Amino acid sequence: MRITQGTFSFLPDLSDDQIARQIDHALAQGWAVSLEYTDDPHPRNTYWEMWGMPMFDLKDAAGVLVELRECRKAHADCYIKLNAFDSTRGFETMRLSFMVHRPRQEARYRLRREEGAGRLIHYTLERA
Amino acid sequence: MSQTVKFPSVGQDQRTTGNTSARYKAGVLKYKEMGYWVPGYVPKDTDVIAVFRITPQEGVDPEEAAAAVAGESSTATWTVVWTDRLTACENYRAKAYEVQPVPGIEGQYFAWIAYELDLFEEGSIANLTASIIGNVFSFKPLKAARLEDMRFPVAYVKTYKGPPTGIVVERERLDKYGRPLLGATIKPKLGLSGKNYGRVVYEGLLGGLDFTKDDENINSQPFMHWRDRFSFCMEAVQKAQCASGEVKGHYLNITAGTMEEMYRRGEFARQLGSCIVMVDLIVGWTAIQSISEWSRQNDMILHLHRAGHGTYTRQKNHGVSFRVIAKWLRLAGVDHMHAGTAVGKLEGDPLTVQGFYNICRDSYTKQDLPRGLFFDQDWAGLRKVMPVASGGIHAGQMHQLIDLFGDDVVLQFGGGTIGHPMGIQAGATANRVALEAMVLARNEGRDIANEGPEILAAAAKTCKPLEAALATWKDVTFNYASTDTSDFVPTVSVA
Repeated sequence: MRITQGTFSFLPDLSDDQIARQIDHALAQGWAVSLEYTDDPHPRNTYWEMWGMPMFDLKDAAGVLVELRECRKAHADCYIKLNAFDSTRGFETMRLSFMVHRPRQEARYRLRREEGAGRLIHYTLERA
Repeated sequence: MSQTVKFPSVGQDQRTTGNTSARYKAGVLKYKEMGYWVPGYVPKDTDVIAVFRITPQEGVDPEEAAAAVAGESSTATWTVVWTDRLTACENYRAKAYEVQPVPGIEGQYFAWIAYELDLFEEGSIANLTASIIGNVFSFKPLKAARLEDMRFPVAYVKTYKGPPTGIVVERERLDKYGRPLLGATIKPKLGLSGKNYGRVVYEGLLGGLDFTKDDENINSQPFMHWRDRFSFCMEAVQKAQCASGEVKGHYLNITAGTMEEMYRRGEFARQLGSCIVMVDLIVGWTAIQSISEWSRQNDMILHLHRAGHGTYTRQKNHGVSFRVIAKWLRLAGVDHMHAGTAVGKLEGDPLTVQGFYNICRDSYTKQDLPRGLFFDQDWAGLRKVMPVASGGIHAGQMHQLIDLFGDDVVLQFGGGTIGHPMGIQAGATANRVALEAMVLARNEGRDIANEGPEILAAAAKTCKPLEAALATWKDVTFNYASTDTSDFVPTVSVA
């Protein structure tokens, strides 16, 4: 199944033009764009690998797309997401985060059920 | 044609109550003469301020009525008591300091009242409400009274811990950014067995919802005991997480007859790995504060369903405005609260509802009379509450909802998910696709308020479930006049 993390995972994969328009939106808000990649999109895998630093001083979507193409070339078999970070007081967090690349074969997970006393079950998600 | 109200501001501090020996002679005095009417008083930064809408009985002077509200919500009783003189009584008396007619409504007045900080125990909504709404609403010289808004000083706000999680941390735990969250309340709200109920949860979450929800009156009835519901729902949540790779949740309603039982249910939810629990507003302020503290200790998001609020928030002449309830709830510490849809089946005009959303989400709320906000309110770093729009909304209204409320909101489509002609999963997918398509378009600079229907139609071309949803509910609107509207702008309605 499709890993549906990220803001736009239920839409058809975004084209680079569509990605550029989202980057323009983020930059217009003053958010810093960054790229992260992983081969393990487990829902609790918080820290994907950073593709360089957040691009704090960048003014132009084209620069991000150059980085994105490089990242895709280097990690074609990974998931890549694009984040937009807002440093405004009261937020200081991501305001947008969506997939910009998927591996040919989607990752699959399996639910492990460890039965306890009564009907209590401890659930663990592990790679299938 | 918005009308401005002249807000009380300058003036001199008049604390004196005249001749002391005459003031304390046994007998009955007007409240105005007992020191509860101090025209021109300038509230201190540390005062709690309330604005009431009062409807005095025929022949009752509005200033005397305001003084009576101040008196009855602070130190007064109906007659003079000499024991006042054992206290710094002028300090403890609430001071009505301004009365103005409500624009356009005969016989109603706004009354501003300031309360000394020492009148209130720290961190106790029960104490606050026992003062502010304890007696005055039954007071005979008033035909009706409504608490419209309150301003809390930072010193008072800081005595509360507030939301255990808050919007920012909730999003970081869920790893969901840049769009409203999507939910559904399981229907029918009563009668399903635990196993069948869990099926609806699974289908909805697998189809694309972030959350499903128990309704306010699902507790532990003969057809479904609470432990069964919890077990089956968490099996559904875990399976859907596994299939989608997304964090998901079901608001397990732990409302119960005693606090002990609520803790027991919360503990079981925790053991099963739930990230969220819910309680109803009718459990009461102390129970809400207790379960908020428990949620904080157990990394649990706390969802609040505002069951019962309509009994006292809806009518404009009498009760407590929901904007005040929202402020109390943010102090008491909930992470989600139902705050209205404007376009759905339940009461709420768009501006008034936006006012409630501001109270939930602002770091600093600005005075905004068209939205019903009488005061600036500094939230002093208190975490933000995620408002929930729930009740009679469907995918075809997605552009209106996002235009009105932005990203930090949970949109809950119950019937609009489960009633989908192609099934629950399809209903969930329709809503998720509509949501993402609308956010994408908005970010691209499109005018979603006007182009919304075209954007939805375009998204439906690659999504059969959305096409079917739009066809099924296209003509459904709930376009009735609201009762709880702003006094400062002409009433507007959407649709």
